[in-house]
Amino acid sequence: MPNTSIMTFNILSILPVLILAGFGMMVLVVDVLSSRKMGEKNFLAYLSLIGVVIAAFLSKNFTGTTLFSFYGAYTIDNYSLFFQFVFLLCAGLTILISKNYVQRENINYGEYYTLILFSTIGMILMASGADLLNIFIGLEIMSISIYILVGMKRTRLTSNEASLKYFLLGAFSTGFLLYGIALVYGATGTISLRQIAVFIAGKGGVLDPLLLAGMGLIIVGIGFKIASAPFHAWVPDVYEGAPTAITAFMAVGPKAAGFAAFLRIFFIAFGQVHQDWEKIIWILAVLTMTTGNIIALIQTNIKRMLAYSSIAHAGYLLIALVAANNMSVSAILFYLLAYLFMNIGAFAIVIVISQKEDSFLKISDFSGLAYKHPRLAIAMTLFLLSMAGIPPTAGFVGKFYIFSSAIKSGYVLLAIIGVINSVIAVFYYLRVTVAMYMRGPEREFQPLTLSPFIFVAIIISIIGTIQLGIFPAKVLEIAQRSILLLR
Amino acid sequence: MEPYLFYVMAATSVVAALYLIFEKNPVFCALYLVFSFINIAVLYVLLEAQFIAAVQVIVYTGAIMVLFLFVIMLLMVDVKKKQKDDLPFQRIPAMVMGFVLLVVMGLAIKSKLFQGREGEYTSAKVESIGHTQLIGKLLFTDYLLPFEMTSILLFVAVIGAIILAKRKV
Repeated sequence: MPNTSIMTFNILSILPVLILAGFGMMVLVVDVLSSRKMGEKNFLAYLSLIGVVIAAFLSKNFTGTTLFSFYGAYTIDNYSLFFQFVFLLCAGLTILISKNYVQRENINYGEYYTLILFSTIGMILMASGADLLNIFIGLEIMSISIYILVGMKRTRLTSNEASLKYFLLGAFSTGFLLYGIALVYGATGTISLRQIAVFIAGKGGVLDPLLLAGMGLIIVGIGFKIASAPFHAWVPDVYEGAPTAITAFMAVGPKAAGFAAFLRIFFIAFGQVHQDWEKIIWILAVLTMTTGNIIALIQTNIKRMLAYSSIAHAGYLLIALVAANNMSVSAILFYLLAYLFMNIGAFAIVIVISQKEDSFLKISDFSGLAYKHPRLAIAMTLFLLSMAGIPPTAGFVGKFYIFSSAIKSGYVLLAIIGVINSVIAVFYYLRVTVAMYMRGPEREFQPLTLSPFIFVAIIISIIGTIQLGIFPAKVLEIAQRSILLLR
Repeated sequence: MEPYLFYVMAATSVVAALYLIFEKNPVFCALYLVFSFINIAVLYVLLEAQFIAAVQVIVYTGAIMVLFLFVIMLLMVDVKKKQKDDLPFQRIPAMVMGFVLLVVMGLAIKSKLFQGREGEYTSAKVESIGHTQLIGKLLFTDYLLPFEMTSILLFVAVIGAIILAKRKV
């Protein structure tokens, strides 16, 4: 491995994390010190955006380097940098779509932005952690921030319910994960992913029961965070009750972070015992895709529909995890980036269409949108088609690479199930499009407040969706370079 | 001497835990929990982990249980009110599954399938360096990053407690 250096203690390596933490606290302090009323605190959004942009530039500086710092607990490689980019982009876009939304919903607290920045820190730790302890702490920082963000709309009952539900179930899943980590530590005597791999290799690639039990519990813990099928029961209620901007954030960020940790643990630590976990993940993938898509068919609320669709997307990503070849890693990275753009774009439009107190969230509320606001309808159609995987969009290329990675490893049946599922999915995505184009308006569209912030977010999402769909080569190349040191 | 102490302490802590579950009065429940924790602290001492035993007593039985008692006191939980079981149909399956889990775990322990690995820090090594020194050294070398990141975790929790529980923000 060229240009690999082992540094025992390199504070510069966590500079993006430190910047995010610093800006998060700065937002809090500025919020307290400012005497302005709650509706006028726009500068908090600017401040946190600046923090995200600086962190993105700092992490860009590391491109191409590979280093282990903090005694091998924290890695920087192209893989973790790709994920850092995804997380920071996700946080940035969320802040953009939040700015007017939080004013409308009266949740314009400084803590809102602070918690978004802090949960981004947690995600970065999950993607960069080279041992199970770091991944666990990152997961906790991310989850606890999001539990709070979900309940941010304190006066609305659905928000409280969503927060409590997510917190209780999330605490359980954390227990599973931690128990799994403890069993793995008990069996191998180490928490470092590479050392676990060395231990398994020393045993000749055979897992003893203790390690097997630990691995299973880790699958449960992370499976909850990425919303895969038997552990998905919380998703619809929580996505529906959370403030819409936070729904967009938690549909992308934790899922990407969960996959970052999932891939690192299962490809590095348990890479040699692929035959022991591929069947479980195979079943999880099929269950996740099918449940998500079939239940999404009967939803009438757009947020619930997108929640089930996000479950289905986790299923597609799991297909690539089963395949476990070099192509599948780049496919997952590419798909997550594409998913980021189309998902945040769709939720941004949901925010624009809905009115105060999150009303007008039914699919029928989109009827006739094309006649009143044709450009918004076109943008929404683009995002939905991309989620369905229709050719000139990012979603198509992502699905194509995921299915081809499965076929390359010989999982033809799994790929076929995936394709059938994406055909089912077209139906419910098209239902919204049909409502927008083929039905007359059922309600008055109040003058929509398309503020410059959310406008920029939608434009970025459109550009991302189209660019990744038409010219995927450049991003794919970056994604392919991000896997070199993984195995 | 030591094996007997182990059995006595283990048995008392299980009995205390059972009392904790079946006791109706929440204050007594908390006190039984304290009792169980102290017994477990003694088990730590028997495992030659004095530092963890001390932390167990100071943090769990001291700080956290006092907090528990305060919460019970402030909420003024009504002892006499009979609690309705909202999920009666879960009772039987829960018992069956719990029993199955117990049997499986017993079999697993008996069959010696679950064999741990002797760790890096044997009691001889711990004895030569010293408990607290060893933990301190590890916290500030190998586990420095997670240790520091825990501060962000705690900070987030504080923010959450304030923003969700305050009457007026």
